Amino acid sequence: MVSEAEPGKGAGTPVFQTRGLTKTYDQGEVQVHALRGVDLDLYGGELVVMLGASGSGKSTLLNILGGLDVPSSGEVRYRDIDLSSAGDRELTRYRREHVGFVFQFYNLIPSLTARENVAAVTEIASNPMSPEQALELVGLKSRIDHFPAQLSGGEQQRVAIARAIAKRPDVLLCDEPTGALDSATGVLVLEALEKANRETGTTTVIITHNASIAGMGDRVITLSDGNISGERRNDQRQDPRTLSW
Amino acid sequence: MATKALNTVLNVKLYRELWQMRGQALAIALVIAGGVAVCVMSLVNYSSLLATRAQYYDQHQFADVFAPVKRAPVHSLQEIASLPGIARYEGRVEGAAKLQMPGFADPVSARLVSIPHEGQPDINRLFIRQGRLPGVGRSHEVAVIGSFAEAHGLSLGDRFQAIINGRRQTLVLTGIVESPEFIYVIPPGGMLPDYLRYGVLWMNREALESAMDMRGAFNSLVVTLRPSYSVATVVDALDRILARYGATGAYAREDQFSHRFLSDELNQLKTMATVFPLIFMSVAMFLLNVVIGRLISTQRDIVAVLKAFGYSNRQIAWHYSKLVIVIAAIGLMIGLALGLWLGRALGELYMDFYRFPGLLFRIDPLWLALLAALTITVAWLGAWRAIRQASSLPPAEAMRPEGPARYQVTLAEKRLSGIRFSQPSRMIVRQLTRRPTRSLLSMGGIAMATAIVMVGNFQFDSVSLMVHTQFARVQQQDLAVSFIEPVNRAALYGLQRQPGIRYAEGRRTVSARLISGHREWRTAVTGIPADARLQFVVDRELQSVSLPAQGLLLTDYLAGQLGVGAGDRVRLELLEGDRRTVTVQVAGITSEFLGVGAYMNLDALNRVLGDGPLINQALVNLDPEQSTDVYNSLRDTPGVSGISIRQAMLDSFYDTLARTFLTFTFFNSLMGGIIAFGVVYNTIRISLAEKGRELASLRVLGYTHNEVAHILLGEVALLLLLGVPFGWLIGQGLALLIVTAMQTELYRVPLTITSQTLGMSALVVVVSAIASGVIAWWRLKALDLVAVLKTRE
Repeated sequence: MVSEAEPGKGAGTPVFQTRGLTKTYDQGEVQVHALRGVDLDLYGGELVVMLGASGSGKSTLLNILGGLDVPSSGEVRYRDIDLSSAGDRELTRYRREHVGFVFQFYNLIPSLTARENVAAVTEIASNPMSPEQALELVGLKSRIDHFPAQLSGGEQQRVAIARAIAKRPDVLLCDEPTGALDSATGVLVLEALEKANRETGTTTVIITHNASIAGMGDRVITLSDGNISGERRNDQRQDPRTLSW
Repeated sequence: MATKALNTVLNVKLYRELWQMRGQALAIALVIAGGVAVCVMSLVNYSSLLATRAQYYDQHQFADVFAPVKRAPVHSLQEIASLPGIARYEGRVEGAAKLQMPGFADPVSARLVSIPHEGQPDINRLFIRQGRLPGVGRSHEVAVIGSFAEAHGLSLGDRFQAIINGRRQTLVLTGIVESPEFIYVIPPGGMLPDYLRYGVLWMNREALESAMDMRGAFNSLVVTLRPSYSVATVVDALDRILARYGATGAYAREDQFSHRFLSDELNQLKTMATVFPLIFMSVAMFLLNVVIGRLISTQRDIVAVLKAFGYSNRQIAWHYSKLVIVIAAIGLMIGLALGLWLGRALGELYMDFYRFPGLLFRIDPLWLALLAALTITVAWLGAWRAIRQASSLPPAEAMRPEGPARYQVTLAEKRLSGIRFSQPSRMIVRQLTRRPTRSLLSMGGIAMATAIVMVGNFQFDSVSLMVHTQFARVQQQDLAVSFIEPVNRAALYGLQRQPGIRYAEGRRTVSARLISGHREWRTAVTGIPADARLQFVVDRELQSVSLPAQGLLLTDYLAGQLGVGAGDRVRLELLEGDRRTVTVQVAGITSEFLGVGAYMNLDALNRVLGDGPLINQALVNLDPEQSTDVYNSLRDTPGVSGISIRQAMLDSFYDTLARTFLTFTFFNSLMGGIIAFGVVYNTIRISLAEKGRELASLRVLGYTHNEVAHILLGEVALLLLLGVPFGWLIGQGLALLIVTAMQTELYRVPLTITSQTLGMSALVVVVSAIASGVIAWWRLKALDLVAVLKTRE
């Protein structure tokens, strides 16, 4: 199923383009088909929510888009970079230059403060914002010199978002960013993501099993059993503050 | 029944986990093996040499007391026989000979010992390796010591020329023998064996009697004692009886040269058997503590589940204890095998130096059992803290994941706020300071490894300095010529006129007893001419000390033994001539690495002796072109008892030393390398386990493989940077300890540590660290980026 290029936000040439993407894992004797031929286009500046149950293949897809994994077959392109045939070195450079990641378990470096965690990425980026600026964007200016152990889960995740956006990535990939958080804290994190998308114009993909989040996206793509099973466009992005689960 | 089944499951868990951490387990096992191996090797050599020596002494009736005399009539033996405590006695004739070995130009000297008519002596019986003892009435037949026969490739029936007491004789070899008296053979005045230039020969008593003009007399008495009789009493009694025959003083077995040298060696083995294993085991303890601690902290949930199922604290503790015991047992097995093998190999090396009929390979199984028990216990104690932590964890708490690691801004960063640390550098510094004990211990491990390599290397430099000082600063002659009897100094003019001799000066050595209060010491006093050009006495800074016109100069070691200093007076009992006793002042203290010397102005010494200008040694400088002619003419000069060539002595010394020390250095470097590898490999692996998630996150964020490796290996680099210099300090301390322990009457090794030694020790440690770094680098490459993001630590 190929998503149609529609006018409005995210129009024009797609930033990401996948065709016939499959991914098969050998788990001992068993072959697991995580992706079974995914065709997908993502456009500049849009906020896409990717919905799917556990095992639907959404994380695998995100990993391939983020250059953490390569497909078993099919094609995936980021602008003019062919990610399906890239080696470790090219993938590392691709991640370094273009991608921001936000993970379910934050993955902050415990030995670095909030500011230093952000700096860890800005130091290797070519045109970053300052760590302070990034942390201000997620509303954490006051906690800037705290270590992860001194921050709540929601605060840690917002540091992770600041870390991801600070290098002004072309794409922000978020894997269950609210998965480890309660509803109220989760909303704060989503607000930060929405604000970042709005103010920096970064293409943002949020994957989640939580359907309540779907309303905040420009587009909602549903995955099941390794295939795209549905796609819809929200006329109006819902304010994250109105979300709850 | 059910418990048993579950226990079996736990055992399966144990094996799988051991297999999973095999690299780390092996690295620890190797460190344990290193300690066990050194210990077993030293114990094997110690007990083998001890047993071999005891059996040899017993079967060959090694003498308890030795009494050299000038010339005592045979009938005086009756008086000696009646002394209480004497079991056996034997008056022998000894002499010196100059030999002319076919195809060997250098002068060769030999010690001659008589054997009785019956053949085998009662005391110091000979072990016949080949052939037979000289026959009765065959004055030209000799048996030679094995080392000399091997060096010259002699076989039975070979003939060679000897000059005994000025008379040239052709000798025929009938037997190759060993003697308990000459287990360690070194030429008089030498330091290490020189098998080519010095040998021991046994001859028929009649033949030697007539050659040495000793008919009806003896000049060497050996005695064995009945059990439980005091050696000192017998020594005193012998001195009393033999004084009138020109005795230079009886001495006990403990002072016999070959015996004492061997005893020193045995003591060193005992030190080796304790000090080195101590270092290894403490490093192993630390590694077990860290590795098992880490394993248990990752298994908190498993511990909780087991406890929830009803496992007792004791069962949990036993489960993890088994892990430690298995690792220790593997180390023990490798160590035992390696130690026994090395023990045998080193035993062979010892047989080059120590002439035994054969080596009895002995080790008390009880010792091995004790060592095994000790190893297992120590290893278990090392892991005890971690095991206790697991077993005492309340199940509910264990279910919860361990809290997030707490870090803080380090003091170093605050102090160095001017420097802009990169974030990876901050991670390295904070990781080190978050677990200061562990970091310190890792550093300590690296330091120990450095120190061990250093200890293996410094001795070569120290011994070289010692020899260099002795033979380049103290003795500068090409040749030392010994005379049978003291001669007038005028004889030097004759010597100097010989073609090839550029310069000659004399000296006189006299056996003496130095007494201060209740302390006494037997040594030789050397009289050195005031205008000496070839022999010097040096002080602590190795500067030559001018000889005072009066009084004695004492070596610092001797002064210490006598408890005297400059200005004090000592009693000097001369054991030659009319054996007079005089009181002399200690004019100064000298510093010498070799021997225990006392020096006097030659004229002053002769005055004390009541003699004219006599000398009994000449030091000579040669024209190198004509050296062979000089050797030949001196060999044929009557009155000359021996010649020693300085360069030959040095060559043989370095030759032997290099071989021994190369083995030793290699062995120590290997040990240090093993420790360094064990410490660094485990440090990296644990760090990788603890920081795998962080490092994978950084990789995801776009850090390259090398940038991430920098964080992991930077920590090790910092540990090395701190640990190696610390190791140099420890090594210096250990070296000082060894040097002090090695202070004997024979030599005092000076402490010198060259930059080469420092560099070598650092190199060995760094190379081992690089080896484990390379392994870690590859492991890092295999880091599963996706999996690590999905799990919550």
